[in-house]
Amino acid sequence: MPEQAKTTEKEKMTIVVFSGELDKALAAFIIATTGASMGMEVNMFFTFWGLNILKKNEGAPGGKGIMKKMLNFMNRGGSKRLKLSQFHMFGMGTGMMKQFMKESKLPSIDEFIQMAKDMGVKMIPCSTSCGVMGLGEGAFREEVGSLAGAAFFINEARQSKVTLFI
Amino acid sequence: MKADHTLDCVGLYCPMPIVKTSQKMKELKSGEVLEVVADDKGIKQDMPAWAQTTGNEFLGMEESGGEIKVYVKKK
Repeated sequence: MPEQAKTTEKEKMTIVVFSGELDKALAAFIIATTGASMGMEVNMFFTFWGLNILKKNEGAPGGKGIMKKMLNFMNRGGSKRLKLSQFHMFGMGTGMMKQFMKESKLPSIDEFIQMAKDMGVKMIPCSTSCGVMGLGEGAFREEVGSLAGAAFFINEARQSKVTLFI
Repeated sequence: MKADHTLDCVGLYCPMPIVKTSQKMKELKSGEVLEVVADDKGIKQDMPAWAQTTGNEFLGMEESGGEIKVYVKKK
């Protein structure tokens, strides 16, 4: 038998989600939910394009000021609007992949976010990215935790056994 | 192999069998055995790994006609 951790403290995993594409989000959430299933405490730190995954699917695009509103209008985000990083083909490739995911009984990104939340995975938007893009906490879905900065990430990462940048 | 509970994961791919196993294990009492039936070959590597990390005991597996039965005992 392998040696078991004697401490009651859970092992940690920290994932930086920088990318906002469907396939990369899928990879991040598969690893996060599996880590949580294996008894780990998982933090997902969303920055830059990764924030798109957590944006609300409905409602007006966020943003303070006309330019930032425009940015968030063009860069709308929302788990249901994510594109594949390759093979998007004006939506045809992405639509096909979503269909294949469904046929394989794989949860959608939307369902993965809900599942992750239920399993205790923390999803944290990066405060700097939010500031730069003019996004407040109201821009994000309800499963999302409060904003945090790089120091929070470093502090979590230095205690983590697994750290990933996706 | 005899099991106290069975979990059907046929047709599911990674990570769903592991996610469902960890949820199901919460219902088991210590010492009880869970049988997981799956057809995703990844489970042959994933379940022993899951057991090693979580401290539950991996008892073995049986494979027949593309169907894989794995057994884990709750610690």
